[in-house]
Amino acid sequence: MKPSLILSLVLGGAVAASAALAGGHTGNPAVTARKAHMQLYAHNLGILGGMARGNAEYDAEAASAAAANLAALAQLDQTSYWVPGTDSDALPGESRTLPALWDNIPDAIAKGEELAAAAVALSETAGSGLEAVQAGLGPVGRVCGQCHEAYQMPRN
Amino acid sequence: MARILGMIVVAACVVIAAGWAMTRPATVSEADVAAITPDLEQGRLAFFAAGCASCHAEKGSEGDARLVLKGGVRLETEFGTFVAPNISPHPEAGIGGWSTAEIVTAIMQGTSPGGQHYYPALPYGSYARAELQDLVSLAAFLQTLPPDPTPSQPNELSFPFTLRAGIGAWKLANGGTDWAVDVGEDPQLMRGRYLAETLGHCGECHTPRNATQGLDTARWFAGAPNPSGRGNIPNITPAKLNWSEADIVAYLQTGFTPEFDVAGGSMTSVVQNMANLPVEDLEAIAAYMKAVPPVE
Repeated sequence: MKPSLILSLVLGGAVAASAALAGGHTGNPAVTARKAHMQLYAHNLGILGGMARGNAEYDAEAASAAAANLAALAQLDQTSYWVPGTDSDALPGESRTLPALWDNIPDAIAKGEELAAAAVALSETAGSGLEAVQAGLGPVGRVCGQCHEAYQMPRN
Repeated sequence: MARILGMIVVAACVVIAAGWAMTRPATVSEADVAAITPDLEQGRLAFFAAGCASCHAEKGSEGDARLVLKGGVRLETEFGTFVAPNISPHPEAGIGGWSTAEIVTAIMQGTSPGGQHYYPALPYGSYARAELQDLVSLAAFLQTLPPDPTPSQPNELSFPFTLRAGIGAWKLANGGTDWAVDVGEDPQLMRGRYLAETLGHCGECHTPRNATQGLDTARWFAGAPNPSGRGNIPNITPAKLNWSEADIVAYLQTGFTPEFDVAGGSMTSVVQNMANLPVEDLEAIAAYMKAVPPVE
């Protein structure tokens, strides 16, 4: 084997290893996707919640946009996020999704559909006034809570 | 685990040697409760503050279903599984045939009408400091709820935790009625402490336990292993929880954290209960939480 080939193999290996290390920082792709998805919910809920709590002035356009985002997010196909082997036992310290979710897939899907329904309902009314935002956020939060109650490990 | 097991066995033996009298289940007398006139609205608020529905209503139930106290919620702990009993006013399956004093005794003293110790999965260690007026009202309110015929299911415990004499020893070791936090004489802080330390029984999950499985008041609210599931219950002392009082109130009303994450685990049910309390009570709890000594 030529020294230059060995060198390129070694270099190639080093590049691959550092890429893998960098990849390690981002964690399991499915868990990362779930967290990103939840973060997008939180961001949009924060816009609506800020108005609902009186921390921000009601803005019909911004409220409509945030609620439409929630509705769109809730209707995304998430099959590739919730893959077996990514529960809190398999990925301790990274995943807070309890193994129970994978024992109750039909229930988890039903809760997802309830969330979509609540978010769509909110998106249809959020532009009509502050009271509608306040009234519509409650059901969204309760569905979030139902799923977290059943399938989420507490944050330490 | 082995150490705790050993201590409980030793404690049980000591108790047997010292005689039954020492651990005789305590009761609240008929005369004590007869002097009090129940107030159903006060009882309703005590019901939500005490979180009865979290264990005695069907898991995950919402709205009026939380008033059907058929039991059945399973608390899976290191000692085995406790199954919450039916406490609906059904005459056979529930507490329909119980006197007010028997109900109050069960809640405050952890003693059944038959004179048996209840396991402290029923948080009577916290409820012991409740005002009799609240509990007499709560007992009256419970009797107004829908009766349900579902029979209570037995606990699934392993030896030696099947020996209820050990509970008498536990009561002796952990029967103190002192407050965990000194809040002085401020009425709002005293109200918040009453709700959080007694009826709300927040410390049962948020405070770590000592060698006798009592609450470690030196580390009040400092977080602890989840008593019924995976993970840990968070430290909510001011050292770790930097939410404003308004944030805490909003969380207890809606479940939304300041970052708009949503409460999960057992807190989901707690929020459903707390949302029924007047905002002044939630503000009192928030003020009290800020007065809890910070523990890292």
